[in-house]
Amino acid sequence: MLRNSVTIGQYLPGESLVHRLDPRTKIVAVLAYVIILFMVRGFSGYAVMGAVTAMMALAGKIPLKMLVRGLRPVLFIIVLTVTLNAVMTPGEVIYSLGPLGITREGIFQAAIMACRLLLLIVTTSMLTLTTAPIDLTDGLEYLMGPFRRVGVPAHELAMMMTIALRFIPTLLDEAERIMKAQMARGADFQSGGFVKRAKSMVPLLVPLFVSAFRRADDLALAMEARCYRGGEGRSRFKILRMGTRDVAAGALLAAGFAVALVV
Amino acid sequence: MNTAGPPLIEFRGASYTYRRGEEGEIPAVRGVDLRIERGEFIAVVGSNGSGKSTLAKMMNALLVPTEGEVIVDGKSAADDDKVWDIRRTVGMVFQNPDNQLVSTTVEEEVAFGLENLGVPTEEMHEAIDRVLAEIGLGEVRHREPHNLSGGQKQRVAIAAVLAMQPECIVMDEATSMLDPRGRIDVMDTVKHLCREHNLAVVFITHFMEEALEADRVVVFSEGTIVADGTSSSVFGDGIDLNAVGLDVPVVTALARGLNERGYAVDRTITGLDDLVEAVCQLRSKT
Repeated sequence: MLRNSVTIGQYLPGESLVHRLDPRTKIVAVLAYVIILFMVRGFSGYAVMGAVTAMMALAGKIPLKMLVRGLRPVLFIIVLTVTLNAVMTPGEVIYSLGPLGITREGIFQAAIMACRLLLLIVTTSMLTLTTAPIDLTDGLEYLMGPFRRVGVPAHELAMMMTIALRFIPTLLDEAERIMKAQMARGADFQSGGFVKRAKSMVPLLVPLFVSAFRRADDLALAMEARCYRGGEGRSRFKILRMGTRDVAAGALLAAGFAVALVV
Repeated sequence: MNTAGPPLIEFRGASYTYRRGEEGEIPAVRGVDLRIERGEFIAVVGSNGSGKSTLAKMMNALLVPTEGEVIVDGKSAADDDKVWDIRRTVGMVFQNPDNQLVSTTVEEEVAFGLENLGVPTEEMHEAIDRVLAEIGLGEVRHREPHNLSGGQKQRVAIAAVLAMQPECIVMDEATSMLDPRGRIDVMDTVKHLCREHNLAVVFITHFMEEALEADRVVVFSEGTIVADGTSSSVFGDGIDLNAVGLDVPVVTALARGLNERGYAVDRTITGLDDLVEAVCQLRSKT
């Protein structure tokens, strides 16, 4: 089945300490982590940040394999950044490659960039690995709540994400059905180069889009029939509550960040 | 059935005309007069394009009549302030089970309507537990809708409506995309609600066998009501169902055939047991 080959997000279901944290704690923690990461100077700071990440991964019982897998798609960007930093930074040339020279400062700069990118990607992916998409949505809705007054449609955005999550499997099933129907009539989705394969997706995407719009129409009607009228006056079924666990985790992380900034 | 007092839903010469740019005006419902009482189980049958789905959407103010009036529980559908009251009073289950569920789990789906009404969280949890137990969905409450069968999805939709404590459920061809098993489950659920909660049910269908389950059958054709009465009076000799694009239920067709060949079988039989009885009596007479 097509559905099985596409994981929604990359949530790794579990019951670990990190899984059970309030989604808001995790979102704020990751945001803070990213900001601190760009403020840290020197390798000892990065070592502390790396230790913080390692602790989170241990507490979340995330296999190393999953973290490495998350790095694969961005490997190219990391290599490119490192190379560019190494050759483009002016300074004392220690190795010449034709017109290009690798400088001492460049190597230093490249190493810092590599640390930053690696930690950035591993840590942010930890958020999606330990938080179910729907919890992430709830957390975001809560966090965006205060910004409603300045016109951020917090509830509407969260509702859109929920509906998208709900319909991904439905649309995947439908895509598979259309694909099979086209294949039964001789369509070929596999062979040929990139352009040919992309072209062969057109007869798949057109009916899929048409049906998605029809579904949207039906769904809007069904929501109105059940008295949906935006976020105003709505109550909540799921109430997010921060516990001792969240306070403890927050304090530990804050301590870690402080150490990273000082050393 | 409680016929005292004002009706739950009343159509007073209500019409609905779709206005579309190029095609001009398409009248879907023309001057309908209809009273639906509290606790009544009523089937609306009609062929495709007869306007029965438009009629359904007029019952909870999804469509406001372009002429005439629709009064629900004493409130006019044309009154903007009353629209949400009306939609809470008259719940609706639609045809496509995949296109009417909003949430990613069953319990959240049931919560959706309650959230919209602003029901406090604690009451919400109680209501959800009660409704899921009643409809028999307790075991699947944490499942995702796409992992359920069509019949289960429609029952989730019914549970979601029931949680809002309506007085009437409109089933807009809600069984037409289901397999026979799912259709039976949905029908049983609806019958149970009608009996136990004195809930009015408007069952819109083109399966004649389902219409036979109702106390009252309304035949709809080209935007107007062509017959209205008990199932035996409607399917008996009342009108020519074939002329309005519908089939006579198999049992009734059989009874009619026997009658026309000179056997003393009542032409208006709608129940299988009644037909068996009548045929057995034929044998004992000869």
